[in-house]
Amino acid sequence: RPDVLREELLLSPLPAGDVAATFQFRTRWDADLQRGAVSHYRLFPKALGRLVAALGVRELHLALTQGFWRTRTWGQPPLQAPAGAELWVWFQPTVTDVDKAWKELSNILSGIFCASLNFIDSTNTVTPTASFKPLGLGNGTDHHLLRYAVLPREVVCTENLTPWKKLLPCGSKAGLAVLLKAERLFHSSYHSQAVHIRPICRDASCLAVSWELRQTLTVVFDSFASGQGKKDWSLFRMFSRTLTDACPLASQSKVYVDISPKNKEKELLEVTPPPASLHEAVVQGEKRTYAVYDLLSPLLFNTSRSLNVQLKWTRPQDSSELPTPVLHAHRYVSGYGLQTGEISTLIYNTHPYRAFPVILLETVPWYLRLYVHTLTIITKGKENKPSYIHYQPAQDRRRPHLLEMLIQLPANSITKITIQFERALLKWTEYPPDPNHGFYVGSSVLSALVPSIIAMKEVDMEQSPLFTSLFPSSDGSSYFVRLYTEPLLVNLPTPDFSMPYNVICLTCTVVAVCYGSFYNLLTRTFHVEEPSRGGLAKRLANIIRKLRGVPPL
Amino acid sequence: FPSALFQTPLIIYLFHFLIDYAEMVFMITDVLTAVALYLAIQDFNKVVFKKQKLLIELDKYAPDVAELIQTPKEMHYTPLKVALFYLLNPYTVMSCVAKSTCAINNTVIAFFILATIKGSAFLSAVFLALATYQSLYPLTLFAPALLYLLQRQFIPVKLKSKGFWLYTMQYAALYLCSLVVIICLSFFLLNSWDFIPSVYGFILSVPDLTPNIGLFWYFFAEMFEHFSLFFVCVFQINVFFYTIPLAIKLKEHPVFFLFVQIAIISIFKSYPTVGDIALYMAFLPVWSHLYR
Repeated sequence: RPDVLREELLLSPLPAGDVAATFQFRTRWDADLQRGAVSHYRLFPKALGRLVAALGVRELHLALTQGFWRTRTWGQPPLQAPAGAELWVWFQPTVTDVDKAWKELSNILSGIFCASLNFIDSTNTVTPTASFKPLGLGNGTDHHLLRYAVLPREVVCTENLTPWKKLLPCGSKAGLAVLLKAERLFHSSYHSQAVHIRPICRDASCLAVSWELRQTLTVVFDSFASGQGKKDWSLFRMFSRTLTDACPLASQSKVYVDISPKNKEKELLEVTPPPASLHEAVVQGEKRTYAVYDLLSPLLFNTSRSLNVQLKWTRPQDSSELPTPVLHAHRYVSGYGLQTGEISTLIYNTHPYRAFPVILLETVPWYLRLYVHTLTIITKGKENKPSYIHYQPAQDRRRPHLLEMLIQLPANSITKITIQFERALLKWTEYPPDPNHGFYVGSSVLSALVPSIIAMKEVDMEQSPLFTSLFPSSDGSSYFVRLYTEPLLVNLPTPDFSMPYNVICLTCTVVAVCYGSFYNLLTRTFHVEEPSRGGLAKRLANIIRKLRGVPPL
Repeated sequence: FPSALFQTPLIIYLFHFLIDYAEMVFMITDVLTAVALYLAIQDFNKVVFKKQKLLIELDKYAPDVAELIQTPKEMHYTPLKVALFYLLNPYTVMSCVAKSTCAINNTVIAFFILATIKGSAFLSAVFLALATYQSLYPLTLFAPALLYLLQRQFIPVKLKSKGFWLYTMQYAALYLCSLVVIICLSFFLLNSWDFIPSVYGFILSVPDLTPNIGLFWYFFAEMFEHFSLFFVCVFQINVFFYTIPLAIKLKEHPVFFLFVQIAIISIFKSYPTVGDIALYMAFLPVWSHLYR
């Protein structure tokens, strides 16, 4: 068959009793969307297939996220996305007007996903040169074919989940997608749904191209908010549904539960029902053990009609077991007042002995005027000079600032990057509703090849779970990580919205007074006038004055 | 438009070499301005005194103007007063400390005034072209300079007279040629014409609304988009508009016209600074006899 669907669900317990659930639905289609006219769509959604063919898209990555992944407390995420909406696209070299195609693409996606992606325009689109390399097939990396935009103010809700679920072959009626109930998914600390389309090799010889559509959804359930304070999880607790069968169209449907022991002790978790098999893999530099439930195997639903995986902690958690991810970052804005400010980014490298470089991409809107001469990078008290800087200054109301740097992070160090900016006063129609809420600055992107502590062997792209097959890894000694920092909220000075008429009147009065005085001075002529004897009224007034004893007029 | 810096290419090129001595440069420009004003007013006073003496002898004044007539003793100190008014003005000190490039604008205009009063049409045209190149508004100072030079050459200002048109054409040609030369020089420095919309387009279309002491920013912050072009045009015309009526009224007093024109520019220009105010305030002692 030309198209194949694989669905996976990964449940990983996080420290402090939270649990993260990551769904991944991969549809691989052995057809060449770019070439011939493809008219018969089976598992691959027609809306996206037609989009890729018509606009000459080589790769598309769209993520809609609510919340922020706390790397320091939750560990390295499988696939992180910045808060809000993020869209980055590589176009085919045959596309002549990339900006026009980008605008059309964002409008069409806005319609498909009911998200306000139509707000993507030249003021928030950049062309990064080093941070975003194609994740699929393709040679030639002319970065003029790449566009990246992020909308940090975008809110994700049920309206965005419903069209996302509709793209799945089984919809939300069978398979793992039955768990995607909106009222439970949005009652969480972190919710991220993404769509990735890319071309991949059809087989090992790579003579033909297949298209892969990968839909991922990551949700973190908070033990306090969603779990009502108890730390025992089950599928029913998390999703208020259990799994009853696999999607009939799927060729693989598995549930993985991360039961890796921490600190070489026995398992942390007790899983019921007991898993049919265990799978071990080295993922993001660590050895992990997974309990596997295969929904397509007939043994699974022998004893009960539904599968409700239950996780119970065998011993209480304590905070000394917090994993320290090798690379994590923190960004904040400092300064006082409404004129100037400073953006500071702190990047932590906690690896004990290995140093590695990281590419930092910052996109700052044009109304925060960055002063690049104030850019300082300090590591361990000394200045750290980046080996590659690409800076594109902003143009008012046309494009944002783009700053890309390659920074070497020494082992076990904290690097602080600061840059000062000045805030602009906008025209009053350019303020969003509720301007005193502030303006969002999109997350900055950190891309790095992090050295792993355990050597990873080459994994089979097709069979391995989730996260190892989206990012390519050239050798087993390091893995690729893309991190996002927090978005910033910055206040801009506001004019007084309640008095446009007063302001206009005041300014016009000043001009009119000036003009009037000049007119007067320049056109006034003086005549000599003889005093007249006066009319009747004057004579009458003079008589009354003489009677009063007052001098006459 | 680029958003952080708006300056003409020649100034940026000049500062490439002078950036290490920035404080010295701004102090020297202020001193040069004061010296230029001193020399200009000294020369001007000689002309005024001669004219006043002639008119007294011809008995052209009314009998009770005794207190408005300038005595040689006062006139002796006026140039010094002008120079000190400029140097000791807190606004001048402020713009020197802030290293504002307005000081360079003031220096060029002061040299232009000196050249005009000394009577050299060529130098006056060159300095006026430099001043116009930096910020567009000194274009309006063409009229008072022309009137003064005509007066100096004893050419009467009559629209029918051939001598008047000949001299006007000569002066205008000098001015336009120097302007063209300076712009072409900037083009060769940068190898593109991008600086023209960046500098002049910026001055004329007022995109940046950072608060300053002018009239434009708050008005355009509260303006509807629909009317913005109309009001930009109205405000810009307002600056240039007073030249013709003032030229008609003040054609006998071109230096006073120059002073009023500088004051109008510094009030109505799109991005005024306190340095502009300092320049016209320096001229007040020249006419102190009028408001005794």
